Amino acid sequence: MATYPGISSIHEHDVLVIGAGGAGLRAAIEASSTGLKVGLICKSLLGKAHTVMAEGGMAAAMANVDDRDSWKVHFADTMRGGAYLNNSRMAELHAQQAPDRVRELEAWGAVFDRTTDGRILQRNFGGHRYPRLAHVGDRTGLEMIRTLQDHGVHKGLDIYMEMTVFELLQDKPGGRVIGAVGYDRELGRFRVWKAKAVVLATGGVGRCYKVSSNSWEYTGDGQVMAYRAGAEIMDMEFIQFHPTGMVWPPSVRGILVTEGVRGEGGRLLNNEGKRFMFDDIPDLYKNQVAKDEEEGWRYVMGDKNANRPPELLTRDHVARCINREVKAGRGSPHGGVYLDIAWVKEKIPNGAEHIKKKLPGMYHQFITLAGVDITKERMEVGPTTHYCMGGIAVDGDTQMASLPGLFAAGEVAAGLHGANRLGGNSLSDLIVFGKVAGEHASKFAKANSAVEPNTQQIEAAVRMALKPFEQGDKGESPYMVQRDLQDVMQDLVGIVRTEKEMARALDEIAKLRVRAAKAGVPGNREYNPGWHTALDLDNLLTISEMITRSALERKESRGAQFREDYPSKSDECSTFNVAARCSEDGSMGTVRRPLTPIRPELQEVIKEQQKA
Amino acid sequence: MPTMNFRVWRGDSKAGQFQDYTIEVDPGMVVLDAVHEIQALKQPDLACRWNCKAGKCGSCSAEVNGKPRLMCMTRLADLPKDEIVFIEPMRAFPTIRDLVSDVSWNYEVKKKIKPFKPRKPDAPDGTWRMQQADVERVQEFRKCIECFLCQDVCHVLREHHKHDEFIGPRFLVYVAALEMHPLDTGNRLKDLKDDHGLGYCNITKCCTAVCPENITITDNAIIPLKERVVDEFYDPLTRLFRMFKPRKQEA
Repeated sequence: MATYPGISSIHEHDVLVIGAGGAGLRAAIEASSTGLKVGLICKSLLGKAHTVMAEGGMAAAMANVDDRDSWKVHFADTMRGGAYLNNSRMAELHAQQAPDRVRELEAWGAVFDRTTDGRILQRNFGGHRYPRLAHVGDRTGLEMIRTLQDHGVHKGLDIYMEMTVFELLQDKPGGRVIGAVGYDRELGRFRVWKAKAVVLATGGVGRCYKVSSNSWEYTGDGQVMAYRAGAEIMDMEFIQFHPTGMVWPPSVRGILVTEGVRGEGGRLLNNEGKRFMFDDIPDLYKNQVAKDEEEGWRYVMGDKNANRPPELLTRDHVARCINREVKAGRGSPHGGVYLDIAWVKEKIPNGAEHIKKKLPGMYHQFITLAGVDITKERMEVGPTTHYCMGGIAVDGDTQMASLPGLFAAGEVAAGLHGANRLGGNSLSDLIVFGKVAGEHASKFAKANSAVEPNTQQIEAAVRMALKPFEQGDKGESPYMVQRDLQDVMQDLVGIVRTEKEMARALDEIAKLRVRAAKAGVPGNREYNPGWHTALDLDNLLTISEMITRSALERKESRGAQFREDYPSKSDECSTFNVAARCSEDGSMGTVRRPLTPIRPELQEVIKEQQKA
Repeated sequence: MPTMNFRVWRGDSKAGQFQDYTIEVDPGMVVLDAVHEIQALKQPDLACRWNCKAGKCGSCSAEVNGKPRLMCMTRLADLPKDEIVFIEPMRAFPTIRDLVSDVSWNYEVKKKIKPFKPRKPDAPDGTWRMQQADVERVQEFRKCIECFLCQDVCHVLREHHKHDEFIGPRFLVYVAALEMHPLDTGNRLKDLKDDHGLGYCNITKCCTAVCPENITITDNAIIPLKERVVDEFYDPLTRLFRMFKPRKQEA
């Protein structure tokens, strides 16, 4: 076998899956079921990926709780939630296949909460017309990842834990993807993976922001590797700020408070005790929102004739309303608003027990970290960076990117969610498109033979990766550069955006790039977090620039993007997605990609549902 | 701003020592925040493993003042004031570096446990029916975040190093979740007795005491498994019956 300078191990696979959350695991399971040799790379330990953080549930129109539900309603809800910028083919496949994927998890050992007739229970969530989220209390993501992990370890996968990939290998610049280069955390040794097809399932980008529900891993690795390789990265202006993150104490700011709290009847209040969400109902949802508290409560209790409480509107809208209350001086002491679930005790006997049973994780989280008993007291909550709707542009049927041999699934891919993701559509996204990506990557791997990587590309990647050690402890602290970048993005490219502030953000990002190039770390390559932070910087900076440039290009407010200088939707902007791509000189450009037309029969579905 | 003193283990598989750091602390800070402050301001290469910082992933397991804890869920305010806070890696496993332990053994153990094997679907559409009351027992076990703190505290592993003969509380809980799963048809009782070392557990309940998910490991998982093994292999009445009835084939 060929050797490469500086590389300590070379691995060969038919399909290489990078990222081991829900999408990566599902893709790997699918690929291995076709008899191929599959490698699965985890940035952390197996089973620790960000999927474990998902709380509320996975959306699938199984109609177990309300038999009026169907894939058509789910499809229409997803398109409406995404302000019609979604890839309609993906939204269609997702709505059609999610129920089977959820039932498959049950066949693999998942233990969902049950209906009284013994089927999988489904709960209400923002933007979903009917109770649709299969769930396990408020730890659904853990159930998903553990089920896939425990099923996957018996499938003969080669699992590489605590390894980070930093470069995709190609047969020629801009060409087919044939492998990857990375390092193992334990000893800092460089490795090469050769593969006939590569699936990226590396998740999101939340570490660009200061207040975030995302872990250190969420640094946009997949998006940036694909970008550098020549793929287009689409819809990056759409960053979802989850309306309810913890705001106090300071060290837990940003930790997620599940939408399930509102699904179970939680109400949002300002410091005057007013339930402010009733004041501002968007036109698209006018006839589907409860007219008063009483009707909202009936909805929570499962009354099919009642409309949802306004707390269960889409996340972009709820986050903006909270932001508005805080800016108007009606917020809570620590800059959030109040989320009150304790009030359900007035409505149901044994209310405190009910809350603990439905929301055990939230009870535990608030008692432990904030000293707040949610069965008695209100929580303080505010928006937190949660999810990136944008990502690698892929084909709706196969999940293949514009580069042959490169597939993407889950948060790293764009298309399903359009301008705003509905809660619960992420977990179902992972299993639906994880499977699709695994299946088509396998087909590609069977139809194409392996290609020998180019030694120069590998050498150059390794050289770049070692740069932080040249500066040693005399260089810039990578932690400080990261913190300063997070401040810039939080302050200038946050929930409310303007051209002026974003132009400033671009200047700041350019300055931070200069500092990042001088980042240095002491110590050696063995499990050195300073080094890893330094290596992540380029990804974070590139993602931040993508978000900012895409947001500048979209001169309107739609979905998750709110521009103070362009506060309404524009018809012109409803016709395209913004895509970022790498120019030949290495600079970043944005292009407008016309939306793929929605097929007539799907347009019919949308119209029918709008009338309903 | 008030300060606090920390004594943090630094070293690798071969050698190491404690090193002192003093940092400023905010209200509400947890031990993991303190480690991050030390990384950012004093010791950039201090190794620690973490992900969610919300008690959901089970990555930041360590020993704080000698007790196995998740660093992200241990508030500084709950530790004794004006005393040095000791932070070191889980000691039941080899140290990779600083606060990071080599937990790979756990992943190998799991592979050896017979996987889930459901009964035939209950309904023609390929789905099953289960009552909430029947799944709750298993749901308690499935709360496990695989932090391995129970493995760390268990004296069979920590003091007696029976890693080759005993799967530890985490995987007894895992087996219990499979054995008590309403749909599962597998039988792991012989494995529990012969290969998983169930008999080594002498019910000191240390694992239950450290579980951050409050799983009643000993009472709800291990003791019922011990009872099942006893019923299957050591009960004289059962043995007598078996003399007249052919033994049930393993599913």
